[in-house]
This record gives sequence, C-alpha cells and structure tokens, in this order.
Amino acid sequence: MKDVRDAQFIAKATDGTLVRRPLSPHLGIYRWEITMVSSILNRITGVALAAGTLVLVWWLLAAAAGPAAFALVQEFLISPLGLLALLGWTAALFYHLFAGLRHLAWDIGIGFAKPSLNPVSWAVLAATVLATALVWAVAYMKLEG
Amino acid sequence: MAEKITVMRSQLGRARGLGSAKAGAEHWGVQRISAFALAPLTIWFVCSMLSLLGADLPAVTAWVGRPVNAALLLVLLFMSCHHAQAGLQIVYEDYIKGTLRGVAILGTKAITLLLGVMAAMAVIKLFITAH
Repeated sequence: MKDVRDAQFIAKATDGTLVRRPLSPHLGIYRWEITMVSSILNRITGVALAAGTLVLVWWLLAAAAGPAAFALVQEFLISPLGLLALLGWTAALFYHLFAGLRHLAWDIGIGFAKPSLNPVSWAVLAATVLATALVWAVAYMKLEG
Repeated sequence: MAEKITVMRSQLGRARGLGSAKAGAEHWGVQRISAFALAPLTIWFVCSMLSLLGADLPAVTAWVGRPVNAALLLVLLFMSCHHAQAGLQIVYEDYIKGTLRGVAILGTKAITLLLGVMAAMAVIKLFITAH
C-alpha cells in the first residue's frame, strides 16, 4: 500500500482471505449491455476525436505552408488509409455529438427513465450510422456525380 | 419529498478526508459549456468540409478568408482543444496512477495548447493571404 486510500480497497472474502476490491470498470463481471457499450464508445470516440483533431491541425498548417505541403495532406486524405481515417473520424464525430447531446440532456435531468435507456442507446448508434452514411453519400455524389 | 437533506456527506467520509477537492465543479462546467458550443460548431464544420470537397488551395484560402468562416474555425479550434484536454484528463484520472498522471495531464494541456495556437496561426495566415 502506497496510499492510505488503498486501505479502503482491502476486504475479506467469505473464506476470510484478504482480497482487493475491484475498481470501477470491472467489465469482466457484468454481462454486456447496450448502455455499457454506449458509455464506453463515448469515451473511445472522444479519445479518437482528440487524435482526429491532429488531422485538422495538419490540414490547416499545410494550407498555410503552401501548395507542396497542401498537396501532401490532400494526397494522404484520399489514400485508402486516409479515407479510412476520415470515415472513422466522421463516425466518431457523430457518435460523440449524439452521445454528448444525450449527456447534456442528462445534466438537466432529462432521459433517466429506465425504459428509455436501452432504446435511446440504440438510437444514438442508429443516428450515428445514418448521419455518417448521409455525409459520405453526399461526398460521393459531389465527387463522382 | 422526504425531509430536507442539509448535509450530503457522511461523517465517515468527512473523517476519512474523502470527497470534493473543491475544484471539480469548474472542470465539469468547462466540459459542458465547451460541449454545448461544439454541438452546432460540429455541424457547421462537417457541412463546410463537404462544401470544400475537392477544393484546391486557392479555394480553401478564399473560404478561410471570409471573416465568419475564420472566426468559426478559431472558435472551433479553441473549444475542441479545451474540450479534448478536459476529456483526456478524466481518462487519465481513471487509468493512470501516481506521478505519471500529472505528467500526462500537463503534457496533454501543453500539446493541445501548442497545436491549437499553431492551427489558429495557420487560420490567421490564410485569412491574411486571402486579402
């Protein structure tokens, strides 16, 4: 024990042996529920968006640097890896947006009713898929049509 | 409603020195306010990027040259960096222990600040170039 607070994580099992209490995300214990997936995805997409912002920063810096640097970033963005990153970025952006709006609703006390939790979790996922598909359909039509 | 609760904290929690460090509410508020601002900014950003699809550098420069676009880009960058460092801090606080936690938090603040200002300078340069 390095921290006095660790003492509160020590407990006795039924057979009397000392055990360490689990920390909050004890995912190995619970059956997977859509609400868990929904919460975890919000965190994962948030971290992914922090990385995605690097692309925006790169794009702006390249545009400011001149034609050669801008051509390089554009070339990356239309490469298979770049397109995959953009697709992931779009999906992460929409997921975090919709889940974030849900969080803001929770903060003013809306959306805690138990029967709504699972359907709304699915709705956030569905809205993400729809919005992502819409954006990429528009992009495809604009470039190919 | 039951009887009015005046003390939310148990005496045991008080004795153990647990509970609020008196500084969490501001962080919480910052994340909500930046989230609230980022919701419409995100929609604007996605629509803007769609409108700029296939655009060459002069077209992008001209787009940034419009004051509304440049202003919204700067606000988007500020709010994104602020929101990202606040969010990443919570992730670190959940998974990283000890000295490394502080290093990760301050490092992320430094990186997001630097990258945010660099990107903002790029926006300003493009804005000036366009005029």
